[in-house]
Amino acid sequence: MPDQALSGLTALDLSGHISGPYCAKLLCDCGANVIKIEKPPHGDPSRQSGPFPNDEADPETSGLFLLLNTGKKSITLNLESQAGQQIFNKLVEKADVVVESFQPGTLANLGLDYDALSTINPSLIMASITPFGQWGPYRDWDAADIVAQATGGLMWLTGEPDREPLQLPLEQAEYLAGLHAAVAIMTAVYFRDDTGEGQHIDISTQEAVASILEGALTTYDYSGHVMRRVGSRHQQKCPSKVMRARDRFVHIQSGANWDHFATLVEEPKLMEPRLASILRYRYADEVEGLIQPWVASHTAQEIFDTAQEWRIPAAPVLRPDELLDDPQFKAREYFQEIDHPRAGRLTYPGPSFRMSQTPPQLRRAPLLGEHNHEVYRDMLGLSKNEIESLQEKGVI
Amino acid sequence: MKSRVSRKKALSRPHLALDGLRVIDLSQVYAGPYATKLLADMGAEVIRIECAARSARGGALPKMQPGGAFGASFPDGDTGERSYNRYAYYNEVNRNKLAITLDLSQPLGVDVFKRLVKVSDVVVENFTPRVMVNFGLDYPVLRRVNPKIVMISISGFGQDGPYRDCVAYGEGIEAMTGLSHLTAYSDGAPLKPGVAYADAVSGLHAAFAVLAALRHRRTTGKGQYIDLSMREALTPLLGAAIVDYAMNRRVAKPRGNRHPTMAPHGCYRASGSDRWIAIAVATEEEWRALCGAMGNPPWSHDARFATMPDRLKYQDELDRRIEEWTSRHDHIQLMNTLQNAGVKAGAVLDTAELAADPHLNQRGFFEELTHPEAGMHRYPGVSWKMSRTPGRLRLPAPCFGQHNRYVFGELLGMSDEDIMGLKDAGVTAEEPLPYEEI
Repeated sequence: MPDQALSGLTALDLSGHISGPYCAKLLCDCGANVIKIEKPPHGDPSRQSGPFPNDEADPETSGLFLLLNTGKKSITLNLESQAGQQIFNKLVEKADVVVESFQPGTLANLGLDYDALSTINPSLIMASITPFGQWGPYRDWDAADIVAQATGGLMWLTGEPDREPLQLPLEQAEYLAGLHAAVAIMTAVYFRDDTGEGQHIDISTQEAVASILEGALTTYDYSGHVMRRVGSRHQQKCPSKVMRARDRFVHIQSGANWDHFATLVEEPKLMEPRLASILRYRYADEVEGLIQPWVASHTAQEIFDTAQEWRIPAAPVLRPDELLDDPQFKAREYFQEIDHPRAGRLTYPGPSFRMSQTPPQLRRAPLLGEHNHEVYRDMLGLSKNEIESLQEKGVI
Repeated sequence: MKSRVSRKKALSRPHLALDGLRVIDLSQVYAGPYATKLLADMGAEVIRIECAARSARGGALPKMQPGGAFGASFPDGDTGERSYNRYAYYNEVNRNKLAITLDLSQPLGVDVFKRLVKVSDVVVENFTPRVMVNFGLDYPVLRRVNPKIVMISISGFGQDGPYRDCVAYGEGIEAMTGLSHLTAYSDGAPLKPGVAYADAVSGLHAAFAVLAALRHRRTTGKGQYIDLSMREALTPLLGAAIVDYAMNRRVAKPRGNRHPTMAPHGCYRASGSDRWIAIAVATEEEWRALCGAMGNPPWSHDARFATMPDRLKYQDELDRRIEEWTSRHDHIQLMNTLQNAGVKAGAVLDTAELAADPHLNQRGFFEELTHPEAGMHRYPGVSWKMSRTPGRLRLPAPCFGQHNRYVFGELLGMSDEDIMGLKDAGVTAEEPLPYEEI
């Protein structure tokens, strides 16, 4: 096995659905040994959520699970049983990182919160990902993704001005929480490698969302101005809008040089000082009206190709499935075919970044409990009888 | 409560997680700056490199009150004497960082930059791929200067392939991944996230990648180069749509505020102007709790709403009924009532309401900083809580060229004369060039 950036790091992934699994996936794709601890008999809830091949539900072929758990090992372990807790403690002795996304207080009730685990392993880093964090008045509230997007301010800023606020698709708040957790864990690993000291990380999805509002919160504090949603426009830049080209939608923007843009869209009126000013956002309707005829008379591909010659960042609005035939993705061999014993060969998005010395690698997701023997026998040294007895009791 | 006690104890400790790490930040706008914000909040010394002609703050504006969201991003709506030091967008994401000016299109600027690379750990840039090559500062060069350097290039499309030289802002990346297509009402045209989402997501992946590379460096002594394409970083977050196509040839369609397996699931009008509540019901128990909170109206017993498949089927009618109820109530009261009843619900908070949110405030999410030119203000703080090395807002965003003396003098040991020489040669600058078109 080639050396990877996080080789030698062991993480226990107790989490479910998207946030924690995506966080642990990032560690795993970079070479960490990630052991996913799933509750018998069903395991991670994302095993039930699909999409499934031919829409036939099967916990081993859920698309979301396969994507978010690449390369991990899966063991089954019931943390609510005393025997399960004892085994978990043994795993914690050998682990560097724990990722969990239970409701606050759940692990404390099992005697498995950070205070307890850090007495077993003082170098342990534990990240807890929840909708509203481990303390504060909302800590016991639950949230679906749309609720996190609403209470984090992202939803208020998204959508048409004359319609209801709009969520981002496919549970983006979960990913934001997982991403912030992954960065936080790596900073804690950096500190631990310096000092030997572990720590607990408290990720609130609401705070992760409220962190990425660009300057919207600071703008409010600077001037009292409450930004509102502006459809496909930008709060400050003009033009910036999704428009209808001859064959499909495109996102139209100007680049650094306004005269280049006016030349591109063949509209000299745009060079009037009033419209050439960076304060032209005051006349957004007029600017867009002057651009629209040129946009409507060209195909999206023509617009992309010509605009790029002028270094203007116009872009076609693509559907996700169209990415599979995209020339840039093909040239960079971005999508990967990965075989899986139950789901078969499928196309997966590749790693999020490329590293010259230690490239991230995608390997298939595990079957439920696939690594019980490897972990319980080889890593913890349990005997065949002990493992069988745990199985009979429903602990694993 | 225990974690709060240990948090207080931790605050008295001098250490930050990334103490001793030095990062050179050439990045612009939001993707790169968000990555270095995460590192700076955790204690890294981040030195921003800016120049008069390509200032990340925008050019110098005359003192004016330009109005609109742009005008509002200056304190009290006023650009002031030095607009480039008073811009909310810049000052939020660049807190905890230092800034120097350096013109890398001049050989002397390149020379000083290399000296800085020698004493640094990380270089972050988000130009299009040709720019660093044109400066003569691409990774093969920097590696010779400092073999331990970790360099990350964040670009729209990556460092090779037919689109490598294409320009893209976040909006273009969102369009070209399918995110704009899916961020839409079910009966509407493609829109886009209300913030620079592709930038934030790229910045997060970039910070992670840098820290992973630093761990490799710690064990092997070797630096490396990271090529991050914003489009490649965003696409995995739409993976469910792609794998559905790979499995079933199903083409993803926008769902607005709905969900494939939950109903009700949406954004409902509350009382007042432009006030909204998001509600998501995942289980029968939550549905009964919602009905209870509404006072169990007769319609809630309708057979069309009895099970999840029924509610998904008759969602238009269901949403209309729920909105009749929500539109009579305050959105924050609704959130409290529904959450206390066990229903997943959240008021759609605007920025003023976020600033006043009791939960965020009790957790200390906002932190105050006094900026020499923007005054005292509250900023969104560190994005997470850490028990031992919590991080905090230590420094306001730097003014243009504020740390030239520290970096050139203290860090690189240049004499006053040499520093003056940089200025005379136009390698450093006092202020950005003015906007050409106002």
